[in-house]
Amino acid sequence: MTPGIVSLRSLQKTYPGKPPVTAVAGIDLDVPVGAIYGLLGPNGAGKTTTISICTTRALPTSGSALIAGVDVVKSPSEARRHMGVVPQYNTLERACTVEENIQFHCMYFGFTAAAAKSRTAQLLEQFHLTERAKTYPNQLSGGLAQRVQIARAIAHSPQVLFLDEPSAGLDPQSRIAMWDSVKDLHNHGITVVLTTHYMEEADELCDRIAIIDNGKILVEDTPQALKASLGASTIYELSLRETTPAITAQFQQMPGVTAVEPTPKGLRILASGHREALLPQLVNTASNNGLLDLSITEPTLETVFIRLTGRELRE
Amino acid sequence: MATTTITLPQTSKASGYSRAFLGMFLRDLHVLRRELFPFVLRIIMNPLLFLFVFTYVMPHMSGGAMMNPTATMAEHAGFSFSTVLLPGLMAVGIMFSGIAAVALPLAVDFGSTREIDDRVMCPLPTSLVAMEKVLFSAIQSCLAAAIVFPLAYFIPATRPVVHIASYPFLFLVVVMASLLAGALGLAIGTSVKPQQIGLIFSIIVIPITFLGCVYYPWTALHSIKWLQIAVLFNPIVYMTEGLRAALTPSLGHMPIPAILGMLLVSFALLSWVGMRGFLKRVIN
Ligand SMILES: Nc1ncnc2c1ncn2[C@@H]1O[C@H](COP(=O)(O)OP(=O)(O)OP(=O)(O)O)[C@@H](O)[C@H]1O
Ligand SMILES: [Mg+2]
Repeated sequence: MTPGIVSLRSLQKTYPGKPPVTAVAGIDLDVPVGAIYGLLGPNGAGKTTTISICTTRALPTSGSALIAGVDVVKSPSEARRHMGVVPQYNTLERACTVEENIQFHCMYFGFTAAAAKSRTAQLLEQFHLTERAKTYPNQLSGGLAQRVQIARAIAHSPQVLFLDEPSAGLDPQSRIAMWDSVKDLHNHGITVVLTTHYMEEADELCDRIAIIDNGKILVEDTPQALKASLGASTIYELSLRETTPAITAQFQQMPGVTAVEPTPKGLRILASGHREALLPQLVNTASNNGLLDLSITEPTLETVFIRLTGRELRE
Repeated sequence: MATTTITLPQTSKASGYSRAFLGMFLRDLHVLRRELFPFVLRIIMNPLLFLFVFTYVMPHMSGGAMMNPTATMAEHAGFSFSTVLLPGLMAVGIMFSGIAAVALPLAVDFGSTREIDDRVMCPLPTSLVAMEKVLFSAIQSCLAAAIVFPLAYFIPATRPVVHIASYPFLFLVVVMASLLAGALGLAIGTSVKPQQIGLIFSIIVIPITFLGCVYYPWTALHSIKWLQIAVLFNPIVYMTEGLRAALTPSLGHMPIPAILGMLLVSFALLSWVGMRGFLKRVIN
């Protein structure tokens, strides 16, 4: 692997305690420059812990993490120059206005007062926040507060922006606005690493995805490649009164069917090829076993996750 | 849309650190300036009421002195209670500022708002982020001392006997006491559980005030030897005794080298505890 702008090697993190919790269990990861990279996984998968280590807020038990070539454990202060961070919760300074929040951030990074002012004005414009410049954070909606946090995080022009659960708690409209902001940053050449447990978000937004579960990366690829890896273009979910090995075998023999899996309600059939050919056959055969319901979907990352773990992403 | 071509000023490590430190300092100054009125109010309330009741109201009551045993004792020894209180109340003002400027905001921060995150993420070693809090709090403590002094001098019916032999010494004591107060605030703010902020006052602030030789000089404790020794573990004692040595030496005080030495030792110890606590809170 060529080292990426974010480069993790055998990263491990065990929180001490009784019992100790291994949140990250050996992660190797390389994020290409300029990518929007998604860490997708269920609750407790270790996404936040991975981000915390990258952003110098947690110390790894073993392994290494480099951001833009800088070791986050050995030179945390230096590494912070290269990264912007938006954590899972609102950390805006309540005693300062939106404008001041960004200005002081700039000054922490060595801007002169004048440079901080002009950079802030530019960012407020870029994020459509100019009208909110004098507003205090507790008067902002969740979506706006988050936009301010993103603007503040990139104020010192970092190469990498880390976003932890950027759409948690956002209404659908704000979520789309956030996606637009992220895509815009991408167009400006910033590498974005985000965590999410919304597969739609990972699918829509990310160039590459690592699916994480129990502190390990299960697969890593583009969303398209991950979905294609199922070897199917259509998924049929059948609700059946009863499933028998005979019927399962019958389905498996049908043209285009690549896999047949049991589900709590019946069977899941993955198939490629034309729908018109397969659908009547499926319905015909299933009717003999008491077909209760049938749904047809295209492969999603959720399907990929279920195939990998046997569990749903969101429980 | 403007293209982002701003490059960071290429600076040495030390100058990068000092810029970040200065940035945080300016931020604190900005916030303080905006909240100047509550700041002053917070400082004057306690000494104002204390002085008013004990050195103005009570002396005007017939037999008032009897209700105030310390004052009686002070009068027997030939000095006014106001002379005892002047350094004591200044020390309390200094100490309160450390609590109010560091301990309480940190407890709230760690408990809920997490506002400090953006400062922790700036290109500065984390321990210096904590040190900035201590330093800024020390400045507030110095201001508090300067505000309390005229109150404690002018309100009492009987003026305290003030004799400042050395201004540099007074300055040194105020600065060291203020730094100590900031370090105390840091140690408290990072060690109490955020849910227990309410307890800071009842289990820490009030005991260290009452057992901090604020309302009586340390030398006057000689009749209760065990207490005179026990209070030596209380850092407030060195603040009050230091101010006594600098402002009202006629009352008697601890030896000056002991005071300065212990101010320094307490500062170092509490800074160390506070810094460790801070690191533990912000880095997993
Ligand atoms: N500070 C901590 N101390 C002890 N255990 C922790 C700590 N932080 C996280 N954990 C544990 O580590 C595991 C991974 O947590 P982490 O927060 O990294 O997951 P996540 O993928 O971000 O989950 P979520 O989607 O819920 O945010 C969990 O089992 C969690 O309980
Ligand atoms: Mg998380």
